[in-house]
Amino acid sequence: MNQKMLFAAGAVAVAALAGCAGGSKPVDYDKLAADIIQSDFQPNGIVTLKALQQDANMAACSAANVSGKPLPEAQAKVLEAAALKTIQWPTDGQFLGDWKEGEKIAQSGRGMTWTDDAKTVNGGNCYNCHQIDKVEISFGTIGPSLWNYGKLRGVTNPASPEAKAIVEYTWGKIWNPQAYNACSMMPRGGHNGVLSPAQIKHVMALLLDPKSPVNQ
Amino acid sequence: MKTSHGLVGILLGMTVAGAQAQDAAAAGIAKFREMLADGNPAELFEMKGEELWKQKRGPKKTSLEQCDLGLGPGVVEGAFVQLPKYFADTKRVQDLETRLVTCMETLQGFNAAEIVKTPLLMGEKANIAALATWIGGLSKDMPFKLSQAHDSEKTMYEVGKRLFFVRGGSHDFSCASCHGQDDTRIRLQDLPNLTKNPGDGVGFAAWPAYRISNSQMWTMQHRLNDCYRQQRFPEPKWGSDATIALSVYMGVNASGAKSIVPALKR
Repeated sequence: MNQKMLFAAGAVAVAALAGCAGGSKPVDYDKLAADIIQSDFQPNGIVTLKALQQDANMAACSAANVSGKPLPEAQAKVLEAAALKTIQWPTDGQFLGDWKEGEKIAQSGRGMTWTDDAKTVNGGNCYNCHQIDKVEISFGTIGPSLWNYGKLRGVTNPASPEAKAIVEYTWGKIWNPQAYNACSMMPRGGHNGVLSPAQIKHVMALLLDPKSPVNQ
Repeated sequence: MKTSHGLVGILLGMTVAGAQAQDAAAAGIAKFREMLADGNPAELFEMKGEELWKQKRGPKKTSLEQCDLGLGPGVVEGAFVQLPKYFADTKRVQDLETRLVTCMETLQGFNAAEIVKTPLLMGEKANIAALATWIGGLSKDMPFKLSQAHDSEKTMYEVGKRLFFVRGGSHDFSCASCHGQDDTRIRLQDLPNLTKNPGDGVGFAAWPAYRISNSQMWTMQHRLNDCYRQQRFPEPKWGSDATIALSVYMGVNASGAKSIVPALKR
């Protein structure tokens, strides 16, 4: 179908629905928006139209944002419990990798756009939203500062039983942050396949290894 | 106690040093912008746009001087800050760029579908960017005032609002991930909150803009295209209702904000 026909089709849809507004039937904006999303995007490179399919969490959170009200607490708890079950824990029981590799991953914002290719090594986009190592002054502020992340939480030995809870929470938060906050704005690094388990281990070390510059 | 005082001192010192470095970087960018603003390269695009408006072009060898941008045929001043709006002849809410395509088709005889298919920055798309820059510039310092009188305009606002909050793609981003709060940044880049009036000359009131980093003139269609790329979404079709609905949402939210178009960006 050529672009002109699509233009016309879209215009007809909007005009027809707008026409209904003059009568008694109110316009179903949710349906119209859903239809327009389906018709007005095209696949490009590695990004297919599958990217527009929302799961239950994303549909609920998007609708809550439109309404301007947070999700009802009961609904949020159900979604969080379901998200918690999606977390895949390290198969070898090792939670921490190399903080130096973690820093590189945290710095990189690459991967998964239509100008990347399938071979691009994905970054974690961490510094885009978080302060992490204070040496890096170019950091975003959408997420909280992670400077001294492990130190502030009293982690002196990440392998110790005392550190277990915070180590597991941190892994879970990177894998699927919606397990702890149904509409967390943070990407689901592990769940969505942005970061590999090995990459997550490196980011974990950046945050929790007492030798990491983050904890000095 | 002495040690911890010392530690606090060091930490404070680091924080201050970090903040100073950031301020210095921001000030440097502002200074650079100021220097360039004396001779904003966008002026070259404005000159080209004015020429394209008056030149007899296309299969019909006609100028665009009778193009109706919403205030009547040939009225350019003030048109930009009222777009997108509903046009009775096309029965469509159109932004400046799609309206220009309509005029190029009806007055000059160009093939609209061919123009829509042309890549950004190329051929007639580049000409549209120049035209939009000149037209936008003739509304400089005027406040945005989009109509919501027609049912289609209201519908587009409501659709745009829903699109703004749709989370999807590999990173679960929506437009609101970056543009839904006050006073946030990505790295050092300040982000306007586009769910309300973000102030004069920011957000919707700043495009078309000349981008220093890549020496390109970007229209709002181009800006939205690259936002969606970074959002890890599929590509929005140029001039589609989705893009226009988002512009209506941002434009209506920006009511009263003064345009600085053509702006200068990093």
